[in-house]
This record gives sequence, structure tokens and C-alpha cells, in this order.
Amino acid sequence: MSYRVGIDIGSTTVKVVVLDSDDRLLYRSYERHYSRVREKAAEQLSMVSDILSGEKVKAVITGSAGLGVSKASGISFVQEVYATGAAVREYIPDADAVIELGGEDAKIIFFTGGLEERMNGSCAGGTGAFIDQMATLLDVSVEELDELYYRHERIYPIASRCGVFAKSDIQPILNQGGRKEDIAASIYQAVVDQTVSGLTQGKELKGKIVFLGGPLHFLSGLRERFVETLELDKDNAVFPENSECFAAIGAALCAADYPELSYEELLASLESSVSEGTLTDTMPPLFENEEEYEQFRFRHSKAAPDMVEISEYSGKAYLGIDAGSTTTKMVLITPEGGLLYTYYGPNKGNPVTIVLEKLIELYELCGDRVEIVASAVTGYGEELIKNAFNIDLGLVETIAHYKAAQYFDPKVDFIIDIGGQDMKCFKIRNGAVDSIMLNEACSSGCGSFIESFAKALGYEIQEFAELGIMDKSPVNLGSRCTVFMNSSVKQAQKEGASIEDISAGLSISIVKNAIYKVIRASSPDDLGKNIVVQGGTFLNDAVLRCFEMEIGRNVTRPAIAGLMGAYGAALYAARSGLKQSGILKAQELYDFHHEAKPSVCNGCTNRCSLTVNTFTGRSRRRFISGNRCSKPLGREKANMPNMFRYKLERLTNMQGTGSGDGSRGRLGIPFGLNMYENLPFWFTFFTKLNFEVVLSPVSSRELYKKGQHTIPSDTVCYPAKLMHGHIEALMDMDVDYIFYPCMSYNFDEGKGDNNYNCPVVAYYPELLLANIQRLKDFRYLNPYVGLHRPKDFKKRISRFMHENFSVPAKETVEAARAAYEAYESYRSDIIEKGRECIEFAREHGKNIIVVSGRPYHIDPEISHGIDELIGSLDLVLITEDCVAHHVKKESRNVLNQWTYQARMYDAARYVCTQPDMQLVQLVSFGCGTDAITTDELREILERGGKLYTPIKIDDINNLGAIRIRIRSLVAAIEARKE
Amino acid sequence: MAKLVYDKDGRLLFTKEMKREYTLLIPQMLPIHFEMLKNCLQLHGYKCETLMSNHRGIVDTGLKYVHNDTCYPALLVIGQFIEALNSGKFDKNKVALLITQTGGGCRASNYIHLLRKALKKADLDYVPVVSLNLSGLERNPGFRLTIKLIRQFIYSVMYGDILMLLANQCRPYEVKRGQTDALVEKWEKRLVSEFKLPGRLSYKEMVKNFDLIVSDFARIERRNEQKVRVGIVGEIYVKYSPLGNNNLEDFLLSEGAEVVVPGLIDFLIFKINNRVVDVDLYGGPKIKKELARMFQRYAEKCQIAMIDAVKKCPQFRAPSPFATIQNLAKEYLGPGNKMGEGWLLTGEMLELIHEGTSNIVCTQPFGCLPNHIVGKGMIRRLKDDYPESNIVAIDYDPGATKINQENRIKLMLANAKDRMRKKQDERKSARQVELAH
Repeated sequence: MSYRVGIDIGSTTVKVVVLDSDDRLLYRSYERHYSRVREKAAEQLSMVSDILSGEKVKAVITGSAGLGVSKASGISFVQEVYATGAAVREYIPDADAVIELGGEDAKIIFFTGGLEERMNGSCAGGTGAFIDQMATLLDVSVEELDELYYRHERIYPIASRCGVFAKSDIQPILNQGGRKEDIAASIYQAVVDQTVSGLTQGKELKGKIVFLGGPLHFLSGLRERFVETLELDKDNAVFPENSECFAAIGAALCAADYPELSYEELLASLESSVSEGTLTDTMPPLFENEEEYEQFRFRHSKAAPDMVEISEYSGKAYLGIDAGSTTTKMVLITPEGGLLYTYYGPNKGNPVTIVLEKLIELYELCGDRVEIVASAVTGYGEELIKNAFNIDLGLVETIAHYKAAQYFDPKVDFIIDIGGQDMKCFKIRNGAVDSIMLNEACSSGCGSFIESFAKALGYEIQEFAELGIMDKSPVNLGSRCTVFMNSSVKQAQKEGASIEDISAGLSISIVKNAIYKVIRASSPDDLGKNIVVQGGTFLNDAVLRCFEMEIGRNVTRPAIAGLMGAYGAALYAARSGLKQSGILKAQELYDFHHEAKPSVCNGCTNRCSLTVNTFTGRSRRRFISGNRCSKPLGREKANMPNMFRYKLERLTNMQGTGSGDGSRGRLGIPFGLNMYENLPFWFTFFTKLNFEVVLSPVSSRELYKKGQHTIPSDTVCYPAKLMHGHIEALMDMDVDYIFYPCMSYNFDEGKGDNNYNCPVVAYYPELLLANIQRLKDFRYLNPYVGLHRPKDFKKRISRFMHENFSVPAKETVEAARAAYEAYESYRSDIIEKGRECIEFAREHGKNIIVVSGRPYHIDPEISHGIDELIGSLDLVLITEDCVAHHVKKESRNVLNQWTYQARMYDAARYVCTQPDMQLVQLVSFGCGTDAITTDELREILERGGKLYTPIKIDDINNLGAIRIRIRSLVAAIEARKE
Repeated sequence: MAKLVYDKDGRLLFTKEMKREYTLLIPQMLPIHFEMLKNCLQLHGYKCETLMSNHRGIVDTGLKYVHNDTCYPALLVIGQFIEALNSGKFDKNKVALLITQTGGGCRASNYIHLLRKALKKADLDYVPVVSLNLSGLERNPGFRLTIKLIRQFIYSVMYGDILMLLANQCRPYEVKRGQTDALVEKWEKRLVSEFKLPGRLSYKEMVKNFDLIVSDFARIERRNEQKVRVGIVGEIYVKYSPLGNNNLEDFLLSEGAEVVVPGLIDFLIFKINNRVVDVDLYGGPKIKKELARMFQRYAEKCQIAMIDAVKKCPQFRAPSPFATIQNLAKEYLGPGNKMGEGWLLTGEMLELIHEGTSNIVCTQPFGCLPNHIVGKGMIRRLKDDYPESNIVAIDYDPGATKINQENRIKLMLANAKDRMRKKQDERKSARQVELAH
């Protein structure tokens, strides 16, 4: 029998193995291919000429990037999960399951109980690539990350669904001084949770489990997290030798079934495929020729502030700091706006250290000629830096950027800022910031995305970006979230795209993402006439050029595009009228020391993860971050009226036997989704019939985890995912029945074209039954009911109660009547309480925020304490159902078919009539109906002269981005008043 | 030129004058069926054209004019319309757009509104949009769904289903390449031209035609080899439309599989049946229920006639009637689960498994709401109940790449082929044992 060769071409690496006729491993290699897929494969194969020269071989290619090579070279292909399965069956025949993490794929194979193989869905993001990206974010190598892990003290909850989400979780922790060690552990845990929740889908991981793939092979910390999370003992956690090459070995094993050829033939067919290019989807080049590029550069060189040599300057100066998500920016300016000093650099995980270093440098440059009269800070790290160095002023980023843009173009009416982590766009109307658009968590990862990408391909960012400028055929990579772009790049590579094509293509994608996804513009006039672009990403000429090409209009890019936040902050300081700055003086900086310790607040059930920062030096100060309210700071919670809190309190009281005696047994109700609206109905209905109503606990992270292993679709909204935890909780609460009805239709409030529930709310009860094994042992009642037709409902529910519990029809009808009454009285109570809140606000001169979403958005695990945040900003919070009834039915541009969504439209219309009200829309990630409502709400509000503020929420636990939005909203309200 | 006339809510109407002057553009979904539907419309004096475009520009146009998080089919259909309008192929002042409207709780009911919004954004709001629906929504003076047209539509759907069914069973095995497709084309033309002839538009004639079609296809010479059979289910648009599913059928064929696609008539009966069930579950006028039931019975009768015709040739596999699928699905989902493809999707997977096609691609647009429940949500239980089932769920959206989709499908195929081989080996060894005795 001949030699067998397995070639595994993954998303980031190439693996080649050679087996002899006795299945002995003669050779194996593992190398990153930096997207030079075909070259690397041929290169590695040529290394084994000493073994195979002149021999007959059988070869098979496998791996996610291998398909293209296989087609081009004519070498047979085997799917990689299948190959892995073959290898495991051969070497570890008693394995029960396999977990394999690759560069961008995660796979699980179950052997016992019927072979089942799963791969992550297209949304689930990468794993190895994800860890790489996170390491870049922390400015450590992957090996260092693994070392950091072993010194961790705690684990932060990090969204585990995809890289982009996790990043927006980690960033604020970093900026607030969280320890890298803890973050390293949290990253690993996120990967574990993602694998377990995303791939097991209701099947338990138990028995002997084999761990494979590069990341698990090289990162021992990650292995430890898996073993601990799955509670495996030594014998049941198998980490085989050569685990990073298992798919290649499997491919070699499978090769036995394929035709034989000589080693030279094999090598030749692989090498000949190298030059083949079949790139189809390309776009016009950015510049036709060098001259065009020169003109472009000249035009943009004009927007630059005066440079003033600091060593020759004496007098007053103003300091601006922008503590951004991935970079720290600092400028020192003269009263006229001349630049004395600038700094732009990555904050390497700890902005405090950077600012400290640069301040010391700055003081040296200033000597006693230059006096810092005022200082201001903006950005994610605003609070931390402000407290650390006693900076005089803090301002929200949107305002800082506006101040700076105005300096370069006084008529500016549109600003777009693409930074490392976020994208901000806003219109300026009547001298005030209007309509702010921030990228939602899903499309973030802007500038830092190109950067991680460049690094993954083995380039520095600057070098990588320049590659694309003169490229002739940029590849079309689509315009979606970055995780998708990863696979688009993979596809382009398969088709033979060059690095230059990809570089240019990425720039175009980022621009398209900004224009069509964030701004949602269809023509240049949607943006504005005087556009200023800024943010570090626009320093990349390719991105700037793409932007101008895409909107067909020239824009202003200040030479200090990357420093605009800091520049704006400095200008703000200059105009503040301060005479003397309180900023720490040079001497105070020399013995300055910063220490950050994690802790958990026990002030309330939110149990916020806090970071306690201690600054020592002349004076010892403490700064606590991560809190949602002022309680951990030793102050009482702001006592503003808050409809979230009120509604939640009322609902959680609806359990027990009520007015009945509970003799018919304990009936469990999962407290989520539409139960947040219908509980008053069912509570009365069942207690009247002498059931004891047992409510599952209010949602929490722990509750979610309890049920996450049975979630079949990882792209469904978080509120739905929580239901799995609620059912698990109920099953442990000694209930006799669990009641959760299916409802195609909602109550008919007569305000829309129809009165549906969304499909997920309507039918989730059926999904739960099909996916939670244990539920089959319970009496789970999920009948179809239609509360919108009371007469028919009474008839049908009477039949149901008689069949299931032998309740006489008369009793049921009476209970149903009482239930309708209870529901009505609950609804009018909400309206009444809302009215009181509004009165309070008006008496005390507070602004009112109408938070609009679904009833279940008041669930504290879904809204993550947004209500407390709004309260802490001195705003009164009411909900859409407090005001929606004020307006009459009106036809909409969209089909107004869902009851809850109709309330939001009506609330928005009412808000337009009230000068002291603003609307904030909560949107659950993955909510399909909100793809329709967001556009419609924006239209209603903008026509009514109001700001539109949508907030996307998921299992993400930090409020950083949300805080910026709401503060910008407040700032805009203030500016409008002036 | 036709005057632009609006109704009292400001909706642009399709007038009688427009019927004479305008061309109706129809999005493509099911190649055979829609070709015939188009021909029916032409018989009634409408000028119309099906949009056959299939390139990246459609997606880009869609992204520009439709909210990115909207379902992929809406993005494609609207993108295809606007791209066509701007292509210069048509006189923008002399076209109207035809789009179906279902009106359920899924966001698909909003397509027509999203289309109008997009047209407005693209400065094309002078192009009238015609809603094709059975609920009497959005009437237009220039477009009437007459009983005759409805009957022709139903017959077209039936003919489309039988042609698709037989073609799928012949194409992978045909000895003379292209023979199957030529036969499909021949019948498409012949059937529609028959509608024109007096007395030929009848149930009886249809049943006769079924027999002729089946025997015609039976004459196609087929290679005797065993191929892996793969069923396709899912959200209606991405399940059928090559534009929506990246030419899934072609891909499966090129991988050596035989494709099994459930017919369109089941979906129609399902939608009619929903009206019957609604009255049962929530109450409502009895007459509505009776009318729907009558309609359902008629459609079911047509389907059973088709099944009987196919059964006459044992080399063809006939699909199961609607009632059978309904019964199978009952164990999994309530009859009230009606949004999107509702219980029918699960029912179709069950039917496929029961009929020996346990390899299934379940297609859905990324983030499809009903499919969370009736597609991905039921796979776990199907696997428990039928360990041999081999189902892969594939998401489609503007950013999802073909390579990822194909890689996952290839995994499903690898397992399917493995199992087929094992079964063959078992059979072989069983035969040898027999022979030895």
C-alpha cells in the first residue's frame, strides 16, 4: 500500500501530514498561510520530497479554504469535519464527543447516540481568529495571553456570540482599568460558552471528550477553562498528540479510497494551480494613475491647523485628551487653536499609564514658559482619566467632535467619525447636534478591524492600507458585520485575490458599511453639503478615497483627522473661561501610582461588576467604575420616577394564591416575553380557579446560563433565549404544571392594521417543548389561545380547563371575566402612574424620556440597568404604554400588524407633540420586526422635529455605548434650548 | 400616456389604461411555475416580463434601498426590481411591479410596503405596485383576479409541480444530456397554449394531461445508478429561488445528488387551511371557514389527482398528499402555527424522512423569525425521533459566503454518501449470505 498524504487548508493555517502503509505518522507540518493559500500548500508539500520522491501516493485535501485548491488542482476533497471524525474513530475509538476549534470554525462531533456533527453557524464568529483579535486588543501575543490567564482572579461576563460583541464588552473593562489577566480568562470563558451554547443545542456533552485544533493545542489555559466548565475528570478530557493536525490525518486516512498517483504528479498539479486566477467580483480601482492620487493628496493637505513650535512658544495653553476605545489622543493648543503638541497611540490596555507618561513628557516640553490653563477629556475613558489626573472638564464625544469639525468648516452640516472601535455620524442643524447615528454592536469593529486583519496577514496597518491605493482590481467583499467579512475574504482568497485587492476591498467595505448600514443613506444629499470626515481610520487615504467615490462628493479631512476628539476637547477647554487648571502638576505625577481591583457591588440584584481604581501619590483617591447607579459610590440611588422599576415591582407581586386557596395545585409561569404584559391576566385567571401561581425568578445571567444549552438557534433574540432558563428554573421549583400558551394574536387595541404577535413570541412555547428534554416529564400546557376575542376565548378556554382539570365551565367563564378586568385595570394603572411621572417631571423641570420597546424590555437582564442610567442623568423615565393611548389611529407607511409595535408608533407620534419629551427605542439584537419599526420610528420622530435614539441591546453587559448615546441626547436637548 | 391616479389613502393605482400601456414586471422565484403564471397573465391581456437577472448588483441595490436587517428575500426582490428599473431595459414610465402579499404575522407581509418605501427613496414612486393576493387587499382598477385567472393559476401551479417533480427525478440520471429540460420546456408551452382553447381549462383535461406528462417523462432513458437524495425545505423564497439560495439545486446536482423539492401547491393549501384553523381556534364567521374549506378541498383534489398519475409509473416516487403531511406535523406543532411556512416546514421535513429522503437542507434567510421555531427549532427533536435524519440548516444573507454554505452542505453530503455506502454493503453481504445458503 502506498503513502497517504493529507493536506488541511484552514482559514489561517496549512497542515500537511504523511502516513505510511501502517498508519504511522511520518511527517507533519503546521504553518500560517497569511492568505497565500496555494503557495503555502505547495511549499509544504515540496518539503517532504526526501520521503516521497519517486513514490506512489494517495492524497486528499480538506479544510475550509481547501475546496478552491482542490477544484483548481484536481486533487480530491473531503469535508474537514468528516475527516476529523475518521481520524478520531481510528485513534480514539471510545470517544463520545469531539470539540474542535479552528481558525474560524468551531465544530462538535457526537459519536454516542447517533453520529451528529455540528459547525458554528455563519454568525457565530471565529474562535482562533477571535482569540487573535482579542490578543491584539490587549497588545499581547497569543502566548502572552495564555500566560496572563494563569494569574486571573475573576471572570467578567463577556458576550460570547461573536468577536465584535465581545470586543465591545472588553473595551470598557479595559478603559475602566480592568486587569488584563482577568480579561484573558474572560476571553477564554467566552469561547467556551460560545462553543457549549452555540453547538450542543440540547445535546449534553458528557463521557469521553476529545479536544482538537490549533487553539486548544497551543493554549493550555483554554483547555483548563473547557475542562472546568464541562466538569470533566482526567480520563474524560483527552488532548491527543498532534491534535492540531487531526483533520489532516483524517484526510490522509480517507485517501485510501482515492486513486493513486506519483508524488511528482501530485506536487505538479498543486503547483500548477498556484498561478490560476479566477477573480470575478471586482470593482474599479481607487485611482487611475499616480497623478490623480497626487492631486487628491494636495487637495486634502489644505485642511490643517497652524503648527506652533512648543519650544519657541510661551503663554497660555489648553489641553485636550480623547481617551478612546483603542487609542489615546492628546493635544495642547494655543488660545487661537495652534497646535503645540500632539500624541496619538494605542492605549495598550491601560490608558492611565499612557496619559501619565505623556503628561510627564508634556510638562518637560512646557518648562515654565507654557502654562496649562484648562484641560478637558472626552471618550470612553473620560471618567477614569478625569479622576486620575484631576482634569477640569469632561464632555461627551459627539460634542467634542462637533467643536473640532466646526473649526475646519464653520458651515459643517454632517460629521462622520470612524475610529478604532466605533463609528459616529451626526447631522448639524441650527448649530446643534441633531440625529446621531452610532454603529450598533453588530457592525462595529471599524478601524481596528482592518488593523487586526493586517496583522493576521502579516502586515503593519499603514503598510497594508497603502497596498490598496494603487490596486487595479479591488475585490468586492460586501458590506456587513466584520465577522461576515472574514469569510468574504476567505472566499476572495479562494478565487485568487491578491493582498492588494483585499486591502482595497476592505477599505471599500468599511465605507459601504458606514454609508449603508450606519447612516442608511441612499444619496449624498441624505448626508449633507459640508461634510467633515475624521477619526483615525480616515487617515487611511484608501478609505477616504472610497468615501468620496461612494458619495460622489468632495469632503473635508482635517490633517489631524485622528486627533479631532482631543482637539475638540482642547477647544472646549479654551472657551470654558477657566482661569486656572486643577490638573495634577508635574511634581505630583512622579510618584503617581494606579491600581485597579475588580469587585462586585452588592447594593442590589443587578450585582454590577465594579472596578475599584486607586490612585496614589500626593493624595490618595479612589474611582469606582462599572456601576449603573450611585449606590456603590456611597450615595443613595437617584430617586427619580422610573416606570421600569414600577412595572417590574407590580408584576413580581403577582404570584401565590391570590384570592383563591391554591387547592388545584402549583402552576408555573415563565416570567419572560409576553408574560410581561399578560401576567395580570393569567395570574387572576388561575388564582380565581384556585391554582397557586408560581413565577419563575426575574431573569439574570445565571438563569440564562441554566438554559443556554438547549437553545437551537443562536441568532434568535436574547429575550427568547432567556425563556430556556425560565423553564429550567420552574422545573426545579416543585410545580405541578407549567403554563405557557401560544398566541398568534395579541390583544386588539384597534390601533393598527392587525394585532399579531411576532412569530417568536407567538410560538416559542412549542420550541421549548421540542428542545428541553426534561420538560417532557412535566405537565406542560401550551394551548393556542386568542385573548383578542373575549367571547370565543371564554368558550374555548372553558373546554380546555374542563378537559385538563375538570373545571366546570361556569367557574372558568367567571375567572376569565375577572382576568379581562384585571388586565384592563393593570393597563390603566400603568397609564395613571405614567401620568404621575410626567407631572413630577414638569413640577421639577426635568426632561422626560419615553423608553419604547416591548413589554419584556423592562426585564433587568435584557435592559441591563438602562433605566438606572437614565435616572442618573437627571431624566424621568416612562414607557411607551404610558402615552400611546393619547393619539388616534393613523395609517402608516408600513403594515402596522403587531400590537406592541403599534404602541411604539403611537408613543412616537405623541412625543412629537410634547416639547419636554424625547423617545429612546430599545431594540433587541436579532429582532426582525424592528428592522421595520426602526425606519418608521425615525421617520415619525424626524418629521416631528425630534431626535431619534435607537439602542441595540443583547446579552452585552456594559453601558458604555449607551451612556454616550444618552449623554449626546441630553447635550443636544440642551443645545437646542440655547 | 396613462395618467397617474391615486386612491383616497394616496396609493398609486394601476389603471385600465396602464393595463394596455404598461409592462408588469414579475420577480422570479420558481422557474417553471412563474413562467407559466406569466403566460396566464398574458392570456388575459397583460403585458408582462419575469426578471431573470442574477448577479451581485441586485444585492448591492437591495442593500442601498432596504434596511439591512430586513429579510434577505425582501432585499433581493426589491433590489432586483430597482436594478431592473434603472437598467435602461424598460421605459420607467411604462412599467408596473407585481408582488405577492400574504398578510400573516410574519414580516414578509410588509414586502409591498418596503418596496414602496424603496421606490420613494430611489425617486421611482411614480411606478405603480400591484399586489397579488387572495384576501382582496389593495384593489386596482386595471388588475382583476378573475375566477378564470385564479383557476388558470391553480392549474399552472399543479402543472409546475408535476413538471418539477418529474424533472428532478430524471435530470440526474438522464442518458442524453438536456433531454429532461427540453421536455419541460415543451410541456410549458403546450399547456399554456391549451388554456386558450375552448373547453380545455377543466379539471378533467388537467387529469388527462397529468397522464400524458408522466408517460412522456417515463420515456426518458435513465442510467441505473444510485444517488444520494437530498430534500430542500425552508422559507419559500430561498427554498425555491436560485437567486436566493446561490443556485443550491445546481450545486447539489454537481455534487452528484438527486434533489427533492416539495411542491408549491402544499404551501397554497397550507395558507388556505390557516383560515379554516383560525376559525376553529379563535372563532369567527362560519361562512368564511366553509368557503376556505371548499377551496382547500378543491386544491387537495387536484393534488391527489397528480399523485395518482405519478403513481401509475412505478419508476417515479410520488409525494404525499397534504393531509398526510398535516398529520405528521401534528405531533410536533399545533395547527395554529401559521406564520411564514409554519408547521408545513416541519411537516415537509417529516414527509421527506418518511419517504426515505432523510438528507435535508433547511434553508432560511439569516434571522428568519418563523424558522427559529419551525426550522432550526425542530431539528433537535427530529434527530431524536429519527436518528437517521441528516439535516443541515443554512442561512442566506448578503454577507454569507457561498464557500461557508457549500462547506456545510458538503459535510451533510459526506455523511449521506457514507450511509448510502454502508447500506449498499449491508445489502451486498446479505445477498451473499443468501446465496451461500
